[in-house]
Amino acid sequence: MNKPIVEVDKLSKLYKLGDIGTSSLRDSVESWWAGLRGERHKLIARRAKDRLIASERMGPTPDTFWSLKDISFNVQKGEVIGILGRNGAGKSTLLKILSRITEPTKGRAIVRGRVVSLLEVGTGFHPELTGRENVFLNGAILGMKRTEIARKFDEIVEFAEVGPFIDTPVKRYSSGMYVRLAFAVAAHLEPDVLMVDEVLAVGDAAFQKKCLGKMSEVRNQYGRTVFFVSHNMGAIRSLCETAVLIDNGRLVMHDTPQNVISHYLSSAVSKDSESEGQIFWDTETEPPPGSDEIFLRGIRITNGDEKPQSLFEADQAIRVEIHYQVQTRLRGARFKLSVMTQEGEIAFVATDHLFQSEVLTPGAYRTVCNIPGGLLNRRTYIIGISCEIPGERSLIAQGEYLSFTISGAGNQASHYPETWPGAVCPRIEWNVEKLELDELTQRKLEEAALD
Amino acid sequence: MSHSATPENYEIVIEPNRGWMRIDWRSLWEYRDLLLLFVRREFVSKYKQTILGPAWFVLNPLLTAAVFAVFFGRVAKIPTDGIPPGLFYLCGLLAWSYFSQVVTTGAATFQAHTGLFSKVYFPRLTVPLSVVISTLCAFALQLITFFGFFLYYKLCVPEASGLRPTWHVILLPLLLVQTAALSLGVTLWMTAATVKYRDLMHLNQFIMQLWMYATPVIYPLSQMPVKLTWLAWINPMCAVEEAFRLSLLGRGTLHPGYVVSSIVVTLLIFYSGVLFYQRIERTIADIA
Repeated sequence: MNKPIVEVDKLSKLYKLGDIGTSSLRDSVESWWAGLRGERHKLIARRAKDRLIASERMGPTPDTFWSLKDISFNVQKGEVIGILGRNGAGKSTLLKILSRITEPTKGRAIVRGRVVSLLEVGTGFHPELTGRENVFLNGAILGMKRTEIARKFDEIVEFAEVGPFIDTPVKRYSSGMYVRLAFAVAAHLEPDVLMVDEVLAVGDAAFQKKCLGKMSEVRNQYGRTVFFVSHNMGAIRSLCETAVLIDNGRLVMHDTPQNVISHYLSSAVSKDSESEGQIFWDTETEPPPGSDEIFLRGIRITNGDEKPQSLFEADQAIRVEIHYQVQTRLRGARFKLSVMTQEGEIAFVATDHLFQSEVLTPGAYRTVCNIPGGLLNRRTYIIGISCEIPGERSLIAQGEYLSFTISGAGNQASHYPETWPGAVCPRIEWNVEKLELDELTQRKLEEAALD
Repeated sequence: MSHSATPENYEIVIEPNRGWMRIDWRSLWEYRDLLLLFVRREFVSKYKQTILGPAWFVLNPLLTAAVFAVFFGRVAKIPTDGIPPGLFYLCGLLAWSYFSQVVTTGAATFQAHTGLFSKVYFPRLTVPLSVVISTLCAFALQLITFFGFFLYYKLCVPEASGLRPTWHVILLPLLLVQTAALSLGVTLWMTAATVKYRDLMHLNQFIMQLWMYATPVIYPLSQMPVKLTWLAWINPMCAVEEAFRLSLLGRGTLHPGYVVSSIVVTLLIFYSGVLFYQRIERTIADIA
């Protein structure tokens, strides 16, 4: 009776490098010819050069690598489990296997119930069809019966706030409406297991809040199991009961969200910042964060001069430089800098939105944020960067890249030996003065002193 | 809870290479609503934003038949078993255009859905199956057109007066099922092979053209050179074409051996196609 709803047992997935799997006829002929002449190993070595892979992920042959390796864990019915890990750690592969989009190479998983995955919202939306038709089509693709969709139709339309446009082809929708409708369909499904991946990276703040609300409703009211992959640590902490951390295809940790988040943040950063205070991607050897449209070249933190550093006095201003490359013309993009504590609590988020031109033309850019001195507390912070077109789409998914530590004098906390609470500790002016007292009070005080 | 029709012992086991040897009819049935929506979308999207709309389903074979009548009938003077050329080609195109339409649109539809395959699970067979079913609508329209022309020829053209459907016509639905199974099998073979080797995308059309000339569409089976009769044994469409003519117009020669081999080859192509497709489909998300 109390079997876990999801059992994952030594799940592994092997991927081929390079043009994954698609062999053109030429490739096949080439490898056949190479095999004929006994030069196969040379060919494999040449193809493997396409990408660099951490040695622990190397597969049995040089042109393969483990996207997932021996992952095992159980999830109980009604549990909401957060999945954390850096980009490319294998989170999406895990969800894809569990939702039967792709099959594992080794191991097995048992899922006791209907699964619906939202790997990307709006899957199967057809631009020519109206909102109404798409709701039915999308619902059916996600495994709902027609009667089920019909019953929930009004609720879905209301949730998506697209009422008057429901009979308009979705190609005329704004991207915000599109996403809202897509999420609404998905949110009203009644699966036993729901898998959510980065869905909340889109939509405006109010809608995101609504989605989070819907998710906790799904958990509380219907007792559904939810797999939740997100970079929103706050959401993971407040929604999830447990969390797993996946790194390099392996399960590193399965614990409370709080512990997993701290571990993730400290490990994510220490790994990347080989030289303290800066990180630059060598596009030759590894894909930088971003997309075809825009990608990060590097991040550097300094105290104003060119030298990167990671230790700051509390009263020093901190200069965060973000270097990036724009590949296509972009309108309305903005960078967001999140400064988080090691526990994943957000101290503040800042954006360059109002300080830059509306249109970015292709080229290399640098955006600089000056965090004033005397603002932060005496502790270690983590810097997260993301880029998006507000309300439309995410361009560079949020990633945590660098950490820095505030110490020494300069803010009020530095006068005390104990750790001062708070994500920030701004230098706030106090004014203490001795007040001139009126005669009556003066006399009362003197009498009291005489007694 | 209002819904939650999930039975207690519902269990999905996810393992490598599981179950591609059998056809999962149960999950296809569970997703029947999706299948119907795909069918509808396939049918509607074909003529949406065209001026003549569904009339194209009728016009297309008519125009093809007219072109055939001019080039193969008048110019090349290929004999037609005594059937007026227009009627002969129209009849020949019934089964053939169904077959070729399923195969060509099937491959294209699959390409259009690969993005979807990498994001959400549903029985992958629904996509090609929806093409097989939606093309049936086109076939029905074409059949009606054919009967219209048949009546016209019978009443107005003296040499057509002797043509009449034979009792075989009651086998027409079975014949159609065979054609559907065959076209599905070929579609699955082609899509699966195209996924593996993109180059084949360009070859598919060429293959279909060759196949048409290897099938008695523009000539009767009786005109097939003796040296090439082996084609009639291995090409299941030969017997299908001739059976269509025999049952609808009462003309044609059908060796029972052809029929049997046609059915056997159809079953082979169908089943192997499904297996190959299901084998490829398991990892399609990694490729797309």
